[in-house]
Amino acid sequence: MFDPHLPHSAVIDRRVQESPGIFSLRLQYVDTHVQDIFEFKPGQFNMLSLFGVGEVPISIVSDPDDSHFFDHTIRVAGRVTEALSRLQPGDRVGIRGPFGRGWPMAQAEGQDVVVVTGGLGCAPLVSVIRYLLRRRDRFGDIHILQGVKNEDDLIWRRQYELWSREHGVNVQLAADMPGKAWPWQQGLVTELINTLDLNLEKTVSMLCGPELMMLAAIAQLRDMGLADQQIWLSMERNMQCGFGQCGCCQVGPKFVCKDGPVFCYSEVADFLGAKGF
Amino acid sequence: MSAQHIAARRPGFMERERLQDFLDVFRLLGYRTLGPVVEEETIQWREVDTIDALPTGVHARQGAGEYRLEEQSDDRLFAWNHGPQAIKPLLFSAEETLWHERLMADGQVDIKQTLPEVKPTAIFGVRACDLAALALQDRHFLSQQNPDPHYRVRREALFLIGVDCAFSAATCFCTSTGDGPSLGEGFDIGMAELDDGYLVWGGSAKGGEIIDGLSLEPATEAQLNSMIQGTDRAAAQQHRFLPGETELKQLYDKLNHGHWDEIGERCLSCGNCTAVCPTCFCYSTDYHRTLDGRSAEMKRQWDSCFSQTHSSMGQFMLRRETALRYRQWLTHKLAGWQEQFGRSGCVGCGRCITWCPVGIDLTQAVAALLDGGLADV
Repeated sequence: MFDPHLPHSAVIDRRVQESPGIFSLRLQYVDTHVQDIFEFKPGQFNMLSLFGVGEVPISIVSDPDDSHFFDHTIRVAGRVTEALSRLQPGDRVGIRGPFGRGWPMAQAEGQDVVVVTGGLGCAPLVSVIRYLLRRRDRFGDIHILQGVKNEDDLIWRRQYELWSREHGVNVQLAADMPGKAWPWQQGLVTELINTLDLNLEKTVSMLCGPELMMLAAIAQLRDMGLADQQIWLSMERNMQCGFGQCGCCQVGPKFVCKDGPVFCYSEVADFLGAKGF
Repeated sequence: MSAQHIAARRPGFMERERLQDFLDVFRLLGYRTLGPVVEEETIQWREVDTIDALPTGVHARQGAGEYRLEEQSDDRLFAWNHGPQAIKPLLFSAEETLWHERLMADGQVDIKQTLPEVKPTAIFGVRACDLAALALQDRHFLSQQNPDPHYRVRREALFLIGVDCAFSAATCFCTSTGDGPSLGEGFDIGMAELDDGYLVWGGSAKGGEIIDGLSLEPATEAQLNSMIQGTDRAAAQQHRFLPGETELKQLYDKLNHGHWDEIGERCLSCGNCTAVCPTCFCYSTDYHRTLDGRSAEMKRQWDSCFSQTHSSMGQFMLRRETALRYRQWLTHKLAGWQEQFGRSGCVGCGRCITWCPVGIDLTQAVAALLDGGLADV
């Protein structure tokens, strides 16, 4: 019987240093059968483990139609990610997954998509942006709004610059405390939202970042007339098992790892921002 | 107990002297037999070969933060009301290895599943509340999208011999959760203890076959009445209760109630309640490496929403205050479970009351929190 606890070995095919603190790994399961049946949706995550070190949840950033490989973009944030950052092509990691519910890509078909991210980059939405760009004709306008505190916090600047050159893509960045060379806005990401001319009939918004930022963004989007069902967000909690069993990631009655990590705002509105959840 | 309920049992009568033969049947069938044994001044599940090991005339006096075994003059073996643990630790192990990995000569890593080796196990004297809790744990560990193989191998090896409760502890409130004191479902063989013997009946096909093999006389009218008197007495002895599930859902409307802080002042955040709760399922995983660096394993151990790490994300802790941890436990158990599993996570066993070192009583907490109606306070 399938054992959701058990990792399967995957080999690193390629490693890309995206910025000083961010790297990407392109992986392939060693067992070709496991690779063949591996399917995922944007917003889902894997548990990555490294021999002798430990295990962490990391979202998948590659395209679900790439059947030979899958990619993780990882920010060095702790002991395990630090160790993962030292790996090279040919090295192996353990993978369990994919877990969780992804972004509402079917609902987003034919709609404008507003992607709002904050803080130190947001891999769960990178997968969405790539998904949209690769199927450009199936979606309306794409707005990518990113807010950071300091200019230096924009750790994947090159990526945003590339996206801004795509057709029908509106990239706007805001730094709360920008330096002199900052070419974009000064202020908060909510102020960027304010500049949008939303087509309320056909818009889906997707949020990822610190919860205070998401709460502010949600308030702004609702003020502008978006319904709760048009607002989606990715949450993060203490994850141990990854499939709704260990109970550590619960937010009210929701298991973030299984029912989420992507939620419709209406599903978590009662608990988002409430102390202790 | 309804007439329909009694009729469905069609029990036979077994003298107390035949209990040893009954136990031996399971040993002959290759089962490891577990039963209640007095150990560390509590009732615990231990391997039993002879019925002499069972606690004759032992009753358990329980109260908030209190558990005392007392011997009385009767010959009953199941007069006690449950010890600190239900069936949970026998299926969801307090600590176990989930997988193991080893560095091989070629530098690659070999990852192996580590399933427990189990023997068929028959448990004597399981109570209605424990069976209700087991059904809930089954739902969590087996009916999800990703069933747990570790739990499953132990679960499939289990044979359950339930017994009606003829007495209640002061901490029991299973009548108000609808889970006892008489056996409902989920057992292979049911028993009711009378003064001079047992009424026994099959609860599963497997159990029915064993009962048929005992060639028992059908219970007399008087014996059936004694059985009913037993569970009626147990029900009448209960004075704690929980409100219905619709009312319990309103706990989520009471998140800012001042009573959480009052409990937070008393609660030691020790996690006893979650350890003895027969339905609590939280665990954390830990990665262990051997000193030679050649192998490692992933272990899981029971965790608790009262622990520091449960709500931690890196340096950030969602529930630093004890009041928030208690609130997490109570709201999840009584309200959150309803959305997750279709019913409250409480089966009325009262263990969390008994084993709380400061005697916090969830029935009192609920009464205080829901007092004053539906409005948010």
